[in-house]
Amino acid sequence: MLYSEKVMDHFQNPRNVGKMDDADGVGEVGNAKCGDIMRMYIKVDKDTQTISDVKFNTFGCGSAIATSSMATEMIIGKPVKEALTLSNKAVVEALDGLPTHKLHCSVLAEQAVKAAVKDYYDKNGIAYGDELNICDHECGHCAVE
Amino acid sequence: MRVYADNAATTAVSDTAVKAMLPCFQEFYGNPSSLHTVGQEAAERLSLARQVFAKRLNCDPSEITFTSGGSEADNQALRSAAAAGAKKNKRHIISTEFEHHAILHTLEQLSKEGFEVTLLPIPKSGVISAEQVRQAIRPDTCLVTVMFANNEIGTIQPIPEIGAICRELGVPFHTDAVQAAGHLPIDVRAMNIDLLSLSAHKFHGPKGVGVLYVRRGAVSLMNVIYGGAQERGKRAGTENIAGIVGASAAFDEICDHLEENAAKVTVLRDRLIDGLTKIPHSILNGEQEHRLPGNVNLCFEGIEGESLLLLLDQKGICASSGSACTSGSLDPSHVLLALGLPHEVAHGSLRLSLSEYNTAEEIDHILAVTPGIVEYLRNISPVWDELETGSLKHVI
Repeated sequence: MLYSEKVMDHFQNPRNVGKMDDADGVGEVGNAKCGDIMRMYIKVDKDTQTISDVKFNTFGCGSAIATSSMATEMIIGKPVKEALTLSNKAVVEALDGLPTHKLHCSVLAEQAVKAAVKDYYDKNGIAYGDELNICDHECGHCAVE
Repeated sequence: MRVYADNAATTAVSDTAVKAMLPCFQEFYGNPSSLHTVGQEAAERLSLARQVFAKRLNCDPSEITFTSGGSEADNQALRSAAAAGAKKNKRHIISTEFEHHAILHTLEQLSKEGFEVTLLPIPKSGVISAEQVRQAIRPDTCLVTVMFANNEIGTIQPIPEIGAICRELGVPFHTDAVQAAGHLPIDVRAMNIDLLSLSAHKFHGPKGVGVLYVRRGAVSLMNVIYGGAQERGKRAGTENIAGIVGASAAFDEICDHLEENAAKVTVLRDRLIDGLTKIPHSILNGEQEHRLPGNVNLCFEGIEGESLLLLLDQKGICASSGSACTSGSLDPSHVLLALGLPHEVAHGSLRLSLSEYNTAEEIDHILAVTPGIVEYLRNISPVWDELETGSLKHVI
């Protein structure tokens, strides 16, 4: 099989899928031309600065959908700052691995979380550092134009 | 229910072919180059197999060369015609944008070696015109190579018309007939074809056997593999007797049933096309009229092909897609892009390719499960959300 059981499970039964109308932060990464787009919505508890709810929408292959789903599970209930430390590697490990040519999907998932947090910070006037400058266009995936 | 609908990728080997092959492993196992009885028994089978292809394609057995498959046949055809052209100082080759990579990548290599390649653009119909070929031919053109039928969208090219033009203007004409052989009538004499490639595993023969037809006097074959004197010295290596015998048995059988298979499979195909194009914002790629009997190729807007394939597979349906994710490259299918489809639409393609082994019940199953899967993926997709809310415009 191309994918692990966990990837197939998250692909076929994605957690936290859907839109969120009252999101505190929305991040979108990827490009339809390249074949994958992830949109991540977060709801933040302002008192505790924790992520109280997450939703996602993804256009892409099985692993793109599975990594989005896994990433939402890994940040829900976590402090915003901790969500920022979520690495693509951690997502891959939690899914029991991805084929090499699908690793970019996990990078997108990591970036989608960061983009959502960045949006939340921007909307709330919270300062942040360079670590939130996402997508350096160097992963080679978005080589199309 | 398991539905195999990926016959353009490969087919199941027919009972007839298996039956013909089995004695070749332990009874007629000789090397056809050996002088003794066991070797000569194998040589006889090789000769009979060659005669089958010659008869079915309407050529002489000496014009048939066995190769390891369609890709090798394509490579050898192009290399040979290019070398023959270079001797006359002709270094221009005409082909199309949507050839198989066995052709396109060989042409890329030839262009690095000093040949100039013109790739004809593909109209939306997926069928080029013979006139496009005529317009492109120059005094230094040494080869025209146009596929008989496209492997992804199944559209059939006007091969007899192109053949007539090439013959008239004295330009060698090659056709990659890998998808057509065994599914469409082929007569190399009547169609003025100088070189033709085919592959056994696309018509219920075994993998690892290809055929290259070259009209005597058209182009002198150049070796791609050097060694022994097999295949008149043009293709070295001990012949794959079992494979070649299986290939000829499969070809003989399928040519006997060409019309009835085409009639049956076309009905199944048209039901699939009618049913699946009822899904909103879907489109059939390439025209329906000049199309292989078993080919269905659609795009569904707002979704990506690989996820569609995985979910179809979960329902027992084996299909393929031109999505980048299934090919391991970044770009979606060069065939769909050649048709003018935008990248984001080309990613959402689905190819179902049928054979005479498929049944009406299998078509029912595909029609029953596909709309639900497309809807499920669209509900997850942010692109679909934008299309539906109007922030993105529907293209199809």
